[in-house]
Amino acid sequence: MSTDVKIPQADVETLHVNGKGVKLPIYMDNHATTPVDPRVLEEMLPYFTDKFGNAASRNHSFGWAGEEGVETARERIAKLVGATTKEIIFTSGATESDNLAIKGVAEMYREKGNHIITAVTEHKAVLDTCKRLEKYGYRVTYMPVQKDGLIDLEDLKRAMDDKTILVTIMAANNEIGVLQPFAEIGKLCHERGVIFHTDATQAVGKIPIDVNKQNIDVMSISAHKMYGPKGVGALYVRRKSPRVQVSPIIDGGGHERGMRSGTLNVPGIVGLGKACAIAQEEMPKESCRLAGLRNRLRDRIMNRLDETFINGSMEHRLPGNLNISFAYVEGESLLMGINDIAVSSGSACTSATLEPSYVLKALGTGDDLAHSSIRFGIGRFNTEAEVDYVADRVIETVERLRELSPLYEMAKEGINLKDVKWAGEAH
Amino acid sequence: MSYSDKVIDHYNNPRNVGSMDKNSSDVGTGLVGAPECGDVMKLQIKVNPQTNVIEEAKFKTFGCGSAIASSSLATEWVKGKTVDEALAIKNMDIVKELSLPPVKIHCSVLAEDAIRAAIGDWKKKQEVARPVAAEVK
Repeated sequence: MSTDVKIPQADVETLHVNGKGVKLPIYMDNHATTPVDPRVLEEMLPYFTDKFGNAASRNHSFGWAGEEGVETARERIAKLVGATTKEIIFTSGATESDNLAIKGVAEMYREKGNHIITAVTEHKAVLDTCKRLEKYGYRVTYMPVQKDGLIDLEDLKRAMDDKTILVTIMAANNEIGVLQPFAEIGKLCHERGVIFHTDATQAVGKIPIDVNKQNIDVMSISAHKMYGPKGVGALYVRRKSPRVQVSPIIDGGGHERGMRSGTLNVPGIVGLGKACAIAQEEMPKESCRLAGLRNRLRDRIMNRLDETFINGSMEHRLPGNLNISFAYVEGESLLMGINDIAVSSGSACTSATLEPSYVLKALGTGDDLAHSSIRFGIGRFNTEAEVDYVADRVIETVERLRELSPLYEMAKEGINLKDVKWAGEAH
Repeated sequence: MSYSDKVIDHYNNPRNVGSMDKNSSDVGTGLVGAPECGDVMKLQIKVNPQTNVIEEAKFKTFGCGSAIASSSLATEWVKGKTVDEALAIKNMDIVKELSLPPVKIHCSVLAEDAIRAAIGDWKKKQEVARPVAAEVK
């Protein structure tokens, strides 16, 4: 199901083409960020040069041009998610949107209660915000997830009490791509008068979102995860049934209905709008194509290598995501061996904090397998030839590293690694 | 993070990968680290019983590129040295040779531990062997 997509031309000196017509290096880390679609860039450019006015300048044509660009974008975003334009606010990105959503709801509904529920697998933008609220006297429940990465709805029901004002659970996880049952979560929340926020950074533009059908009250959106520019995002805030309000976290002029002050990033917003319009058009075909590529990658790797494990539910998952642990091989050394391919790892060695992935830990994956995990994010501009190349390089590197691995050797000798008394300290 | 050329070289062309018979009386085996930490090194030495010179060394490592390079380098360095000379190898020597950044210094520490563990294991075997030899005499 490959479509002929123009790969954006990067700096030609850094690329070369191998014998199979694959341009190297390959970018397959689309959960970290995505390249800006050329059509998005084209839409943005006039707003840097001719239509550069401040969208809030009400009195001249420069301002009106900026405003028009912004309002068109707002419509496109609203349309993609089933909202009205009055319900879309622009921010600097999903991190800010998460902050605004959680802190904004917490402050606004303080009189009603002080209990917030989230999950251990959330992005740090949510977790760290919740930790800060705990310092201000809010009570936060961090729900565990099951082995497949999904929240247990019965657990969630039990966690809610009469002081619960907010549930914040991400729609799709950035590491393992797992999709939470957010429509059901939203329904549960509405039945109890609790506000439901979802960090939909990885979901918008990739899977169908309808804030009404899916019972979403507040939702974070990011441009750079969906082929738009970095530094811009949006927050959906429900106005009807029920009406939700958020206290602003940035003061200064009252832009965006008082919810987010600051001069709008007009070119960025225009880009986000165009990215949404493209997603609206192309999502059904694209998600099908990406799922096909992802399954191809998975099957090619797992048919050749034993002792490989998929992290998170395959059934409830983003079409382009694959997260695999390769037993007995450490993640950073694997990345080093496939250094013409951009992917990421759950290994401690690759993280800034030297901690292994807390998301994988939450699934019950042992630390050793967390260290051995690789996340692949297949996107709009990846091709079948690239997938085959990546699979083959991964296979040959894993095989090579297993020859170097004392753990593989011990396992082949029939030793159960869990029974071994390791000399290293537990971290 | 960019690696030094030497680390890349050891990663692509590791020296002395393999295993020796750990039950042999002239082989010392050091197994250090833990899978949960993301670093496990097995370093083995074969020592000439007359001269105490390390004639052969082999390694296997589960770990990042710097860990693999550190242990590969360790096998290179111990070969040809006496056991006592090998004990003098310090982790900072490895850090310097491979230009390891601060965040990777622990890989060199583990490699030094692996050398010591291998030598310790060999020494223990020699102590055990002596009483038996005396008995035989």
